[in-house]
Amino acid sequence: MKVIIMGCGRVGGRLATLLDGEGNKVVIIDQNSYSFRWLPSSFKGIAQVGNGLDEETLKKAGIETADVFVSTTQGDNRNVMAAQIAKHVFNVPRVVSRIYDPIREEMYSTLGIETISPTKVGADILQKLIED
Amino acid sequence: MYIIVIGGGQSGYYIARTLLKSSHEVVVIEHDFLRSAVISEQLGNIVVRGDGCEATTLEDIGTSRADLLIAVTGDDEDNLVACQVAKHRFNVPRTIARLKNPRHQGLFKKLGVDVTVSSTNLILADIKKELPDNPLCSLLSIKGGSLEVVNVIIPPDSTVAGKQLGELDLPRESVICMIVSKGGGTQIPHDDIVLAAEDEIVAITTSENEIALQNALIGNHKREGK
Repeated sequence: MKVIIMGCGRVGGRLATLLDGEGNKVVIIDQNSYSFRWLPSSFKGIAQVGNGLDEETLKKAGIETADVFVSTTQGDNRNVMAAQIAKHVFNVPRVVSRIYDPIREEMYSTLGIETISPTKVGADILQKLIED
Repeated sequence: MYIIVIGGGQSGYYIARTLLKSSHEVVVIEHDFLRSAVISEQLGNIVVRGDGCEATTLEDIGTSRADLLIAVTGDDEDNLVACQVAKHRFNVPRTIARLKNPRHQGLFKKLGVDVTVSSTNLILADIKKELPDNPLCSLLSIKGGSLEVVNVIIPPDSTVAGKQLGELDLPRESVICMIVSKGGGTQIPHDDIVLAAEDEIVAITTSENEIALQNALIGNHKREGK
């Protein structure tokens, strides 16, 4: 499977490492090369410096042949905009986006973007933990 | 009309001021404390501090009854999301977004933003007009950019000067709309009009035929400064 990940923070970096470990072709994009410190030295994928909202950057990362696109930057709006570029401009078969704001997350999931809100998931888990 | 402006920078401020003068009801959403204070001081109590992409902020200001939302923050992604939230959650009938990156224009249209304004493209167009090497300049895009209204100035040494309009071999889908003579007089085009150097021709063409139209209208001439 060929996966492009935008945003190499804790989550993006970890996801890239996991997918790479399973033998997938991974390209991870971040605007700041310092972010790639989250990747282990054993990472066999490609770490590319660039702006994931720029179509040239995405093409260079091979988005035209990618199976999956995941956006995990710090900005909700950057994540959904990138996801929509991947889905509507490059027709990537599977597009997943992290959105902190639960309301925005709900809206974009009705617009056909696969979304996950760590805010919602995290609060739910904590609630269960406390109430059990 | 009830109009919401997202972003209280220079653009947001002047848009709000102009709209207020035309007696519209205007609310500006700006997240920065100082900026919102400045606008309140100048334009009155029309600023709400907050994030214009946040549904709760938009809910508080009654976005569902807005006629128009204009997103003019400095970031394309924020402008896109503000317009999408307005459209899909609050059914705002018309949204306008400002673009930094002109390449995003097609995407924004596809994603339901009604009108996009690219500041970069506007600046470029203005600069192009001033370049002597560029006899053709685009005045306006219509039909989502597939048609262009252009202006061509006939260069002083052009072979077209002295010819009749009917003699010119214009590319397909190109229509001459008006001829403005050097002195400023306007003429409705017809085949017998004789073109003179420094006449300005206003025409409609497709983006693909722009260069062919330019070549047909300026003929052979020596380029200045080369």
